[in-house]
Amino acid sequence: MIDYVWLIPVFPLVGFLINGLLGQKLSKNTVGAIGSGAVGLSFLLTVGIFLEYLKLPPQARPVEKVVYTWIASGAFQAPVAFLVDPLSLIMLLVVSGVSTLIHIYSVGYMHDDPGFYRYFSYLNLFVFAMLTLVGANNFLLMFVGWEGVGLCSYLLIGFWYEKQSASDAGKKAFVVNRIGDFGFLLGMFLIFWTFGSLNFREVFALAGNFPVGDLTITAITLCLFLGATGKSAQLPLYTWLPDAMEGPTPVSALIHAATMVTAGVYMVARCSALYVLAPISLTTVAIVGAGTAIFAATIGLAQFDIKRVLAYSTVSQLGYMFLACGVGAFISGIFHLMTHAFFKALLFLDSGSVIHGMHGEQDMRKMGGLKKKMPITYKTYILATLAIAGIFPFAGFFSKDEILFFSLVDGHLVYWGIATAAAFITAFYMFRSVFMTFHGEARWDPHVHPHESPPLMTVPLIILAVLSVVGGFVGFPIIEGLHVFRDFLAPSITPLKAAEHHSVTFEVAMMIFSMGVAGVGIYTAYKMYMVKPELPDKVVAKFPTVYDYVYNKYYVDELYDATVVEPIKDGSNFLWTGVDDQVVDGAVNGSAGFVAWLSAHLRKLETGFLSNYALAILLGVTVIVGYLLGYVG
Amino acid sequence: MTINIPTFCLSSIGPWLTLTVTAIVVLLLDALSPKGRKAYFPQLSLLGLAVAAVQTVRLWGRTGDDFARMVYLDNFAFFFYLVLILGAALTVLISRQYLEDYGKNLGEYYALILFATLGMMLMVAGAHLIMIFLGLEIMSIAIYVLAGLFREDLRSNEAAIKYLVLGAFSSAFLLFGMAMLYGASGGTLYLNDLAHRLVETAALTKPLTLLGLALLLVGFGFKVASVPFHMWTPDVYEGAPTSVTAFMAVGVKAAAFAAFARIMFLVFPAFLPQWNMLLWVLAVATMTLGNVVAIAQSNIKRMLAYSSIAHAGYLLVGLIAANQLGGVSLLYYLLAYTLMNVGAFGVVILVGRKKDSYLNINDYAGLGAQHPALAAAMAIFMFALAGMPGTVGFIGKFYIFSAAIQAGYLWLVLIGVMNSLISVFYYLRITVIMYMRPAEADLGAIAFTPSMNAALVLTAAATIWFGIFPGLIYNLALNSMKAFPGL
Repeated sequence: MIDYVWLIPVFPLVGFLINGLLGQKLSKNTVGAIGSGAVGLSFLLTVGIFLEYLKLPPQARPVEKVVYTWIASGAFQAPVAFLVDPLSLIMLLVVSGVSTLIHIYSVGYMHDDPGFYRYFSYLNLFVFAMLTLVGANNFLLMFVGWEGVGLCSYLLIGFWYEKQSASDAGKKAFVVNRIGDFGFLLGMFLIFWTFGSLNFREVFALAGNFPVGDLTITAITLCLFLGATGKSAQLPLYTWLPDAMEGPTPVSALIHAATMVTAGVYMVARCSALYVLAPISLTTVAIVGAGTAIFAATIGLAQFDIKRVLAYSTVSQLGYMFLACGVGAFISGIFHLMTHAFFKALLFLDSGSVIHGMHGEQDMRKMGGLKKKMPITYKTYILATLAIAGIFPFAGFFSKDEILFFSLVDGHLVYWGIATAAAFITAFYMFRSVFMTFHGEARWDPHVHPHESPPLMTVPLIILAVLSVVGGFVGFPIIEGLHVFRDFLAPSITPLKAAEHHSVTFEVAMMIFSMGVAGVGIYTAYKMYMVKPELPDKVVAKFPTVYDYVYNKYYVDELYDATVVEPIKDGSNFLWTGVDDQVVDGAVNGSAGFVAWLSAHLRKLETGFLSNYALAILLGVTVIVGYLLGYVG
Repeated sequence: MTINIPTFCLSSIGPWLTLTVTAIVVLLLDALSPKGRKAYFPQLSLLGLAVAAVQTVRLWGRTGDDFARMVYLDNFAFFFYLVLILGAALTVLISRQYLEDYGKNLGEYYALILFATLGMMLMVAGAHLIMIFLGLEIMSIAIYVLAGLFREDLRSNEAAIKYLVLGAFSSAFLLFGMAMLYGASGGTLYLNDLAHRLVETAALTKPLTLLGLALLLVGFGFKVASVPFHMWTPDVYEGAPTSVTAFMAVGVKAAAFAAFARIMFLVFPAFLPQWNMLLWVLAVATMTLGNVVAIAQSNIKRMLAYSSIAHAGYLLVGLIAANQLGGVSLLYYLLAYTLMNVGAFGVVILVGRKKDSYLNINDYAGLGAQHPALAAAMAIFMFALAGMPGTVGFIGKFYIFSAAIQAGYLWLVLIGVMNSLISVFYYLRITVIMYMRPAEADLGAIAFTPSMNAALVLTAAATIWFGIFPGLIYNLALNSMKAFPGL
C-alpha cells in the first residue's frame, strides 16, 4: 500500500476539481459528501500505510517514493516524491484525520451558506496542499505545499469577501506570510548552494560533515525559522492569526489551529539535523517560542471574543512547541503539536457550535448559562479545556508536561519559569472562557434562542473529545518503554544529545508541581468569574494601565502600523506624489514607457513596402557576410 | 556503361508517400465529385495524417539512411514528423468552419496543407543539401498559395505576394550558399561528408565556407523569421487566412529549425565560434524586437506574429547552446509551441466570427463573462506563451535557458529572461481584457463546431498536462538527440 502514498494528496485534489468545476450544479449534500469523502479516503489510506509501515523491518525504513520528476536538468532535480517515515506519518495521520472530522462538521456548519461548494473546494485544495507539504521528501515540493496552504488560508480567511474586515484580514495574512516565505525561500537557496541538493535525506546526511556552530548552517536555519515564524504565527509575525478569525469557524479550527499553523513546527522538527548544528538558531527558536507563549497568553486574558481567546491561545501553544524544539526536545514539540491538534480543533469547533447556536454571537459577555442549552458542546468544551490546561490524564497534560520538563532539564530555568507562568495563565483564561460562556446567568439578547447543534456537528465533537482525553497516552512518561510515541518518532529526529536517564521522583515532582500550577489557575478563574463576578472589574480598576495594554494587545498592531505600515504608506505617498508622478513615470512606468515608445517607433520600420523589406534582408546579408569574412581576415 | 540502381526500401519514406497519395486523392475527388461531397476532405486529410503518424511510430528507432544516402532515418526526423503531423492535423481541425464562412472549403486547401507538410518532412529528414532545398521549396510554394487563398481579399493577396517575392529572394541566397559549400568542400552536398571535407580543405577554402555559412544563415533566418529577415512576418501573418497563419507559425518554424539545427550540428561544428557569436546577436535582436513591438499591436494576429518572432529568438538560444540539452529544448519547445500557438489561433478564429470581423484585442472584452470556457482556453494559451509554471511554455523555456547556462551563455539567458518578463505584459493584457473589462455589447453567439472544440480541448489539455508531466516528451526528445552523438 505504501506504493500508493501519492494518492493521499491526490484524493482531495480530485475532490477540489470536482467541486470546483461542477460544484455549482451539484446538490449541497453531494458537494459535502465528495469533499468529506475525498479527505476520508486519504485518512483511510494513511491508516493503511501506517499499519503497513509498522510491519516493515527497520532496514526497509524509511520509504521514499518518487512519483515522477517534474524537471531535471544537470544537478538540479525537481521530483514529486514522498517520504514515508515516522514524522511524516504522524503528520499525515493528524492532518487527514482532523481534516475529515472538520469536513463533516462543516457540512452542518456551512449548510445555509450560498458559497457552499466554493467553501468545500477551497477546503479540499487546502488539504491537498497540506498533505503535500508534510509528505514531501524535498524542500522544493514542501515549498509548493507551503505556498499552497498559504493561498488557501488567504482564500478562506477572506471567504466572506463582501465583509471589509474579512478581506482585510485575508490580505494581512497574505502580506505577513510573504515576509516569512521570503525567509524560507532564502534558506532553500542556501541549502541548494551549500549541499547541491534539496532532498531531505541527502541534505541531512551531508550536514553531518559540518561542525557544530557552522555559519552557513546557522544562516540556513535562521532563514528557515523566519519562514516558520510567519506560517506559525510567532513573534514578531503573529499578528495575522487573531485577525484570521474572520474566516468561517471550521476553517479556524482546521487551518488556524490544528494543521497549517503547525507547519513551521513540523519544518523545524524535520530539519532537526540542521538545527542541532546551530546552537545560535536553537537559542533563537527557544527564546522566540517562550516569548510568544507568555506574550500571547497574557493577551488572551483580556479578550471577550470567544474565537480571539482561542486564537491567542493557539499562538501561545505554538510558542510551547517552538520552545520544545529550541531546547532540542523536537519529539515533545511534535507530541504537543498532535495533542494540540485534537483539543484546539475541538475548542474551535465547540466555539463554532456556540456561535451557530447563538446565531452568530461571538462576544462572551453576551453569553453565559449555555450549559443547559448545549450539553454536548459544553461537556466536550470542558474536556478540551482540561486538556489544554494540562490536567492529568488528559492529552495536553502529557505533552505540555514534557515540554516543561525538558525546558528545565535541557534548557534554562528562565525558560521553565516563563513556560510555567504561561501554563498558569492558560489555565486561568481558558476556564474564564468556560465560566463566561457556559456558566452563570444567561446574558444573551432576548431574541436569541440558543440550541444544541445537529448530530453532523456534534459527532465530530465527541470523537475529538475522546482523542483529547486519551490522545496523550501514547506518550506515557515515567515508566520506561511506555513512551510509544517517542520510540516511534526517534528515527526521524536527530537528537541534540544522547538520551539521559532522569530520576522518576524528579519527574513525578515536576508533574505534580505543574498540575498544581494549572489547578491554581483554574481556581483563580473560578473565584473571579463564579464566586465573585465583581472581582475582575476591581482588578481592572486597580491596574488600569496594565489592563489597557493587555486589552489592546500591547498595541502591537498599532506599533506595526506606526513603525512599519504607516512609514511605508507615507513613503509610498511621497513616492506616489513626489517621485512616481515625476521620476517613476520616467523610470518604472518610464521603462515601460520607453518600451512602448521604442515599440511605437520600431513598428514604423514596418513600412509595408516590399522593397524596404528586401533592403533589410540585403542589409542583413551584408552585415553577416562582412562579419564572417572579416573574422577570417 | 552500366547504371547501378541503388537498393532502397519504400517504407523508409512511408509517411511521405501516404501524404502524397492522400493529397492527390483529395485533388482528384475535388475535380470529380459533385459539390456536396466536398465535406469529406477534412476527414480524409485527417485519415491520411493519422496513417502517416502510425507509420512514423513504426519507424521509430530506425537508424541510418536510405535512398542513396539522401534520407536520414533517425528519431530526430521522426520526432519532427510527429510534430509536423500534429500541427497539420490541428490546422485541419480549426479550418473547416472558417473556410466555409469564406466559401473556400476547397479540396486544394487540404491538398496544399498536405503537400506543405510533405515538404517539411523532406526538410527534417534530408541528408543532402539539395533534398533540404527541395523540401523547403515544396513547402514554401504550397504556403505562398495558401496565404493568397482568399483571392477577393486584398490583404490576403498582399500577404501572398510579399511572402512569394521575399521568399524567392531568400531562397536564392540559400541556394547560392549551398553552391559555395559545394565548391568549398570540393564537390559534395551530403551533410555527413561536408563536415570533415570542409575541415580538410579549410586552409584553402575557409572564406568560401564562411560565405556559404553566411548565406545559409540568411536563408534559414528568413524562414524562422529572425531579425533582420523578419519583416514579412507581421504583414503575411495578418493578411493570410488565420488557419494558414497558424499552420505557418508552427509548421514552417518547426521544419526550418529542424533543418537549421541539423545542418549547424552536423556540418559546422568546427565553425562553432564563428556562427554562434553571430546567432547570439541575431537571437538577442529577434527576442527583443519581437517582444517590444508586440506591445504596440492592437490587432491580435499581428501581436501573435511578433510573438512568433520573439519565440524564434528563444529557439535560437537553444541552437546557440549547441549541446544535448539545447537540442532537447528545441524539440520540446517546438512541440509545445505547436500546441499553444495553434490553440491561440483557434480562439482567434472563433472570436473573429464571420470573416474575421473581430481581430482587435479590445474585441476580447467580456469574453470571460460571456464565454467562460473559451476565455479559459485563451488564458491557458496566453499563460503558456508567456512561460508561466504549470504549462508547457514554462518547461520549454526552462530547458532552453538551462541549456544556455550549461554552455556558459549567462548574459544571453539574462536577456532572454528579461524578454520573457516583457512578453508577460502583452500576453496578460489579453487575459485582463477578457476578464476585467466588460463587453461593450453582447458578444452574440460563437459558432463552436465539434472539430474546433476538439482542437481547443486537446491543445489546452496538452498545454497543461505536459507542463505538469513533461517527462514523456523530454525522454522522446532526449532519445531523438542521439542522432547527434557529437553534442
